[in-house]
Amino acid sequence: MSRLGMVIDLKTCIACYACVVSCKVENGTPPTVFWAKVLEREEGKYPTARRIILPVLCNHCQDPPCLRVCPSGATTKREDGIVLVDAKKCVGCKACMTACPYDSRYFIKEIRGYFGEDLVPCERVSYQKHQEGVVEKCTFCVERVKKGLEPACVQVCPASCRHFGDLDDPNSEVSRLLKARLSFQLLPEIGTKPSVYYLT
Amino acid sequence: MEAVKPVVDFEDRLEERAFSPLSHISAKYALLVAVLLVFIGLGVYAYQTQFREGLVVTGMRDRISWGLYVTMFVFFIGISMAGTLISAILRIAHAEWRLPITRMAEFVTVAALVIAPVFILLDMGQPTRLSNLFIFGRWQSPLTWDVFGLTTYLIGSAIYLYLALIPDLALCRDSKRLKSHPLKWLFKAFAVEWRGTHSQHHRLARTLGIFMIVIIPVAVSMHTVTSWIFAMTLREPWDSTMYAAYFVGGALYSGVGVLIILMAVLRKAFHLEEYFKLQHFKNLGYMLAAFSLIVMFFNVSEYVTEGFKLKGDMHLYLERMFVGPLAPYYWTYALSGMVLPALLVAIPATRRSIGFIVLAALLANIGMWIERYLIVVGGLSLPLQPYHPAIYSPTWVEWSLMAAGIAGFILLITLIVKIVPAVAVWEMLEHRKPKPVEEPVEELEQTRQPGLRVKLGSPFPEKPTPPVDGGRK
Repeated sequence: MSRLGMVIDLKTCIACYACVVSCKVENGTPPTVFWAKVLEREEGKYPTARRIILPVLCNHCQDPPCLRVCPSGATTKREDGIVLVDAKKCVGCKACMTACPYDSRYFIKEIRGYFGEDLVPCERVSYQKHQEGVVEKCTFCVERVKKGLEPACVQVCPASCRHFGDLDDPNSEVSRLLKARLSFQLLPEIGTKPSVYYLT
Repeated sequence: MEAVKPVVDFEDRLEERAFSPLSHISAKYALLVAVLLVFIGLGVYAYQTQFREGLVVTGMRDRISWGLYVTMFVFFIGISMAGTLISAILRIAHAEWRLPITRMAEFVTVAALVIAPVFILLDMGQPTRLSNLFIFGRWQSPLTWDVFGLTTYLIGSAIYLYLALIPDLALCRDSKRLKSHPLKWLFKAFAVEWRGTHSQHHRLARTLGIFMIVIIPVAVSMHTVTSWIFAMTLREPWDSTMYAAYFVGGALYSGVGVLIILMAVLRKAFHLEEYFKLQHFKNLGYMLAAFSLIVMFFNVSEYVTEGFKLKGDMHLYLERMFVGPLAPYYWTYALSGMVLPALLVAIPATRRSIGFIVLAALLANIGMWIERYLIVVGGLSLPLQPYHPAIYSPTWVEWSLMAAGIAGFILLITLIVKIVPAVAVWEMLEHRKPKPVEEPVEELEQTRQPGLRVKLGSPFPEKPTPPVDGGRK
């Protein structure tokens, strides 16, 4: 069985936000929705101050807390570990958003154009994939993955800090990286078993 | 009002007092209904806007995705505890002072349980897909438990209210005072041929006996699963095993509070001073104070253990709540919502005044509302990732719908007290010691019914008997 996952190398990340942009382009999400984000925060005080840069996306947990609370069966987990929301089943109760400890889920409040009242042609196409009043989230670009491609954020990363592959396959690039380098997951102590790893 | 004969004895007076609100509508009453309808109209307009534009017209955003609506849901679920407590728990305990107020408590329960789920619908992004909960529903989800819990509780409470109403509906049907009442057909239909016979009493007592036992675990489980909507997530402020108990305690507290307020209002409006005495307010006040101590205990127990360990981000949460931006809410809740009501009841000088007890109840409910707001919004505002704490400010749509919800709750009670008697006439009558026989026997037959204690345990008298033995001759 495969378990798709991502490894993000924080040593090489330059916080260029290309992943954020590529995600918007690939998935055509409406304004205020960012399936891929880069969190930045300053910690400490001079002279030990440092900047924390953390690219985040849905962790596609092995034991997803969002799936546990979904009352309508809209959230599902594929065989390969990708956690998806079926927008047609979603009733918009937002329980999954409160359950997600990573704040990775987005409620589609309204679908409006970035450039004023009228939608531009590309928005008219991309917004067909979204609907108002439901919860959506990163899909690991499941349509690309089905075709054997990498997620958009991985492909576009100029610093090659994102790696995508099968965590269960010991010979995959992600597995080799995790074996060779020190890594961490977000909030490992709460038992969600995220499939996104960070190399330090 | 027709057929006003001089009110002489207790029974007649009780009937007069209990039935007179049913037979006429005063200008004040009409005005109240009109004002409530205005608020509900505002809510309808707000919801129309929300339905058209989507939830973007609310203040709820991605980080704080539950706001006033869920707060109101939890608040109304809490209030619904009133009926169960007063009429089931006190009925089991044979606390006879409860008799005049059981009916009102059951009104509160049913009205609150009708309004509460409305707020869940308001909170949903796709309310038209409600059926998905049943078609694709996952029983593993705490929300599904809540749906089933709420439905069971509502149906159970409604049946319980109705069962205890049957003898009173029969009294209404047979009363001379309500001879030309426009809802006479309703009384007739719903009194289900109640004649007050021995076997009918026996059956009613048995059914009520079963219901009052069953409704208590149903109520407790309802508050439990409501708390589990929060406690089953991994959010640190909600991640507590104590939440279920905390919610049940809070529900008892706010339920008693609403009951005290309603009792004071009806006492004034329907001139029920003879039945809602200071002692009733005091007794409920004592319960209010006791529950406030329980809620205080839960607060201390929760925050001292969390504050001692300061696990994870809890220090940020506690800091925000005790000294940070949420501090005004928290301290209002803690001081005027828990400590002050308890003090108002504890100090003999204030306890002697109904006004102060009502004030305590009012403060308790404002406090509990803030507490629910803090749980929902405060809990969600805590970042679990390197974010800043999230902010939330409700929009006019949410405030309007909140006002409409409260107005709807008041309206339901306002309407129901005009349709059926607000005090359980039959239960009070049957607890009265029968007077020496100076009235005709037929009247006695109709009004005087065997005592509850008799109903629960020992056999029933075939005919009204002197109260000394209370049992079969």
